[in-house]
Amino acid sequence: MKAPDFAYARPASLDAALALLAEHGTDAVPLAGGQSLVTALNMRLSAPGLLVDLNAIPGLAGVSEADGVVRIGAMTRHRDVGTALVRERLPLLAAALPHIAHPAIRNRGTIGGSVALADPATEWPACCLAAGATIVVQGPKAARRIAANDFFLGLYTTALEPGEIVTAIEFPVPGPDAVWGFEELSRRHGDYALVGLAATAKRGASGLTELRLAFFGVADRPVLAVKAAAAIEAGDVAGAKAALGDELDPPDDPVTKAATRLHLARVVLGRVAARMRDGSVSEEGHHGI
Amino acid sequence: MASESPDREHAVAFTLNGESVRTRVPSRMHLGDLLRGSFGLTGVHLGCEHGVCGACTILVDGRAVRSCLILGVQADGATVETVEGLTESGRIKDLQDAFHTRNALQCGYCTPGMLVTAAELLADEEACSSRDDIRAAISGNYCRCTGYHAIVDAIAATAEARREAAK
Repeated sequence: MKAPDFAYARPASLDAALALLAEHGTDAVPLAGGQSLVTALNMRLSAPGLLVDLNAIPGLAGVSEADGVVRIGAMTRHRDVGTALVRERLPLLAAALPHIAHPAIRNRGTIGGSVALADPATEWPACCLAAGATIVVQGPKAARRIAANDFFLGLYTTALEPGEIVTAIEFPVPGPDAVWGFEELSRRHGDYALVGLAATAKRGASGLTELRLAFFGVADRPVLAVKAAAAIEAGDVAGAKAALGDELDPPDDPVTKAATRLHLARVVLGRVAARMRDGSVSEEGHHGI
Repeated sequence: MASESPDREHAVAFTLNGESVRTRVPSRMHLGDLLRGSFGLTGVHLGCEHGVCGACTILVDGRAVRSCLILGVQADGATVETVEGLTESGRIKDLQDAFHTRNALQCGYCTPGMLVTAAELLADEEACSSRDDIRAAISGNYCRCTGYHAIVDAIAATAEARREAAK
């Protein structure tokens, strides 16, 4: 479990980091919190020529609110996402946070790194999708703003171009009629999700509208279950559960069959939809099966 | 600042268990190996070296982190504390006594990581209010001997004793 040989640089500015990435091309990899990347290096699943450490770049961490948007800097540690501002404005994120690995990982890993890596079994990408977030990236020439809907393209694959760095994630502040739901099932608390669901909606006299159901751990990327959401809005929970069969593509692995994950996705959908519909927006705290 | 240019080895200077230290470290070497190899701090136990077992947990700038998932070169400028430093300072003497009294270890391999993780938890009174909190906090530290109950007992007893002492 020793990493292969590589060069390392810790640039003191975003421009310097972008210049290094431009100069070294695909041989260079940005290093954020390192909680996935250093694991991959130690296991020799990855062998970059250069690590460009983003930890000394000023201004990339922190949470702020302006004009109806909460902006979370990419280098904000998972733990530091849990500010009073996020708990009040973005309770979905606050609910997801304790499910991310373990305290020592949350102390070091970053939201930007998690989003850029796009592991399909992790919480932040699904939260971005459910909350309609915008991923802000900076390249050597220009900045881009990419809707979460267009960002997560496949297994560890995003809309990031070579040489670009995620600098922030922006979340619209939900309105007064907004509700949310979050549920994750894993074998032990902190393990990767067998299945998880992050959801947002508006709730009125006629029920839920604008429901966004972002599943994770059940495909090669976080998935917005559009048909299931439409069925829930129409009051058809059974139809929504049936629709998941078309919308999700759960992986088969040696300990959990795809059919099991699909079943669990339906269980999770039932719980989350009931809570969002019936008024309690607090998470029940199901950490295991 | 040092290390701004790419290199396969870098000079680092940091505070280690209260003392200023300097050394050179290959870029590929993780902090756990640096602490053990260059400074003899063998209380940093390396179990899995990919972030799963928690035995190598140390404090960096006051926060519990996996020393196998931080590069040695990233310690530059940081304040690093290992179980040796926490022990010498006396900050966790009550916790260590509670582990001893309650048989919260058998082989002892996980113990340094458990102590460091618990030290961070105990510093935040609000986060350590229930046994569930304690179980969640040590969920990233594997113990294959005790079944965890005695460890939770020891941490809960320490938290309670500190609360009583603060009254």
